[in-house]
Amino acid sequence: MADSSAPAGGLLTTSDGRSLKSALASAQKRAKRRAFLLVLPLLAFIVITFIVPIGQLMHQAIYNDGFSANMPRVTAWFAETPPGTPPDETAWEALALDLKDAAAARTVGVVGTRVNYEMSGTRSLFTSTARAASRFEPPYREALLEEDAKWDDPVLWGTMRQVSDAYSANFFLAALDMTRDVNGKIVPMPEDRQIYVSLFLKTFLLAGLITFTCFVLGFPIAHLLATLPMRWSNLLMILVLLPFWTSLLVRTTSWMVLLQQQGVVNNSLVSLGLISEDGRIQMIYNQAGTIIAMTHILLPFMILPLYSVMRPIPPSYVRAARSLGATSWTAFRRVYLPQTLPGVGAGSLLVFILAVGYYITPALVGGASGQLISNLIAFHMQSSLNWSLASALAALLLGAVLVLYWLYDRLVGIDNLKLG
Amino acid sequence: MSESHTDAFVAFDRVQKSYDGASLVVKDLNLNIAKGEFLTMLGPSGSGKTTCLMMLAGFETATNGEIRLDGVNINMVPPHKRGIGMVFQNYALFPHMTVGENLSFPLEVRGMTKSTREEKVARALDMVQMGAFINRRPAQLSGGQQQRIALARALVFDPKLVLMDEPLGALDKQLREHMQFEIKHLHESLGITVVYVTHDQGEALTMSDRIAVFNDGRIQQLAPPADLYERPDNSFVAGFIGENNKLPGTIEALSDGKALVRLATGELIDATPVNVTQKGQKTLVSIRPERVEFKPEMMPAGAHMIAAEVLEVIYMGDILRARLRVAGSDDFVMKMRNTLGQTRLSQGDQLKVGWHPQDARALDPL
Repeated sequence: MADSSAPAGGLLTTSDGRSLKSALASAQKRAKRRAFLLVLPLLAFIVITFIVPIGQLMHQAIYNDGFSANMPRVTAWFAETPPGTPPDETAWEALALDLKDAAAARTVGVVGTRVNYEMSGTRSLFTSTARAASRFEPPYREALLEEDAKWDDPVLWGTMRQVSDAYSANFFLAALDMTRDVNGKIVPMPEDRQIYVSLFLKTFLLAGLITFTCFVLGFPIAHLLATLPMRWSNLLMILVLLPFWTSLLVRTTSWMVLLQQQGVVNNSLVSLGLISEDGRIQMIYNQAGTIIAMTHILLPFMILPLYSVMRPIPPSYVRAARSLGATSWTAFRRVYLPQTLPGVGAGSLLVFILAVGYYITPALVGGASGQLISNLIAFHMQSSLNWSLASALAALLLGAVLVLYWLYDRLVGIDNLKLG
Repeated sequence: MSESHTDAFVAFDRVQKSYDGASLVVKDLNLNIAKGEFLTMLGPSGSGKTTCLMMLAGFETATNGEIRLDGVNINMVPPHKRGIGMVFQNYALFPHMTVGENLSFPLEVRGMTKSTREEKVARALDMVQMGAFINRRPAQLSGGQQQRIALARALVFDPKLVLMDEPLGALDKQLREHMQFEIKHLHESLGITVVYVTHDQGEALTMSDRIAVFNDGRIQQLAPPADLYERPDNSFVAGFIGENNKLPGTIEALSDGKALVRLATGELIDATPVNVTQKGQKTLVSIRPERVEFKPEMMPAGAHMIAAEVLEVIYMGDILRARLRVAGSDDFVMKMRNTLGQTRLSQGDQLKVGWHPQDARALDPL
């Protein structure tokens, strides 16, 4: 017995001489394959509906072939010549022929839009010139300049050179309120066009504030839930979960009914004489509305992790602290609160991440001042159709959340996270 | 030590407790505990013993009556001002603190300086032989080690009174017996007063100066271990502490501390009357299995013996345990020491059994 399993050359073998490692692997192969088959549907679902779209979105943020795909000759000329080369007749010919083809293929709008992202007011230049492109004869420089003298602008050529590369970090720069000058140097946007950084900051600030109010409101409720007898805590738990079973839209609209200027709260305050008819408080369609409605919607996400951490904490810990001479406040601060930290961390992270990306509630009750970054992403997806910028903003948001997650892991430890 | 009503250190005075306002969990508790005494509250679950301990610790309020500590009424004193050390059933060591921090906690909240704290913590840890574990977390300790730390934490701030709520319940048998000895030793060397709650009668018998047997919200008997075991006051105590044989019957005669009981099957047996007062009364006679004799030469003159049949003999190592049919009942047990000259009984043997009259106690009928 002893020699059959003794290390031969450092490796253990089975009694019939096979290596123990391969014997173990083959013994477990069938079970492993079956386990993999069980998770396969979910894996496929996640890959198809989650990972692939996110990957495409990320790709979209740095890749836009609106110019390069439709203007192949100019793109080739830009690739052959070093940056800063003034356009020669080859370039003018390439431009004229590309414009003619693009006009025929009805893609010149796409080209114009792409250039327009970097240099506003150029879309119409492309579309109007393209309409005349079929009549162009050499020499093309004169023909084009005759159609519109703006074609001679070196800034325009510089911009076209930039966008001729389908891969570009410009959308990320735009998302960070920066742009490139004629020489390709990164410079801040003009002051009046800087919107994204401050909106990011505001989004994070509001999300932080919402997380904090959720914590302040949720902690006592979670504690009550955890300490009440089962019969009562179940009833209370149903009340906590009730919002989950109600449509988000219904909940948000009911906040509108309550908080608007002619709403229930204002009417009650007026009839109680606490405020005058002209002094009705603006509680919705602004930041306050966003904070109130989102705190309400996200509160269960704070309460549930807290509850799941508090429930198994036996009352004997606080009792022990009290018997050892601690006042009830000290016992809470030194003994109870530290033990709930995994729940506090999980709830805060959950609420914060949800709040940072929240779209529908700020869109409905946020008014002008309560809009978050997600609303602007939606705007670029749906209205301005600048998907690349929308993707860059979304990627930045995702990156920021991942950084927070990493920070949390470093500071608290992700294994201290308890969600349920 | 047992009769110290005048200078009682802890006193329960007509204490009652109700949780729901409809029924009493503790009914009229009167108990005086002397300084330095080791008193055990023993009883089945739901008998009110833990409630009494919690009232003493201050986590429950007495519905009626008065609890005094060192002569002062403490009904309205919050737990953290009572200065009572407590050891909990699940140890209740703070999981987010090291052993040292756990022990330091009661000293910190009392505002002691760092050097005093360190000195006291080291001394308390040495006392339970756990000095090397000061930087460990409770989760890294075994059950027995956690138990020692919990003990050290309850003692580190030098309380005069220490309460223990089934502190050894979660340990295995061998460790439990070892810890019983250690707790007893600490109690003796420190001179503290201990109120100990358990449902384990063996534990109560080994450790206590006095035992209060609780049932149904009342103290059934308060006595030193030997008295409790050998002279139980009623059928509950006799049944709860140790094994005993119960023979129901009627009092045939009562004279100078002796009773003659006629069993339902007609046999006459001897007993000591405990709570029976007159002839013709129903009674339950209780005899410990180790006090049953089957050799006539060991019996006092004139004592009655009755017929028995051996149904089963179980070899238990140090003792032999025989199950007999006596007076129509199949569960009469007799224990014999496994000595060299011991008569070996076997199944089916017919014999006569008897006992010294003082070993059989005629109690209230169940």
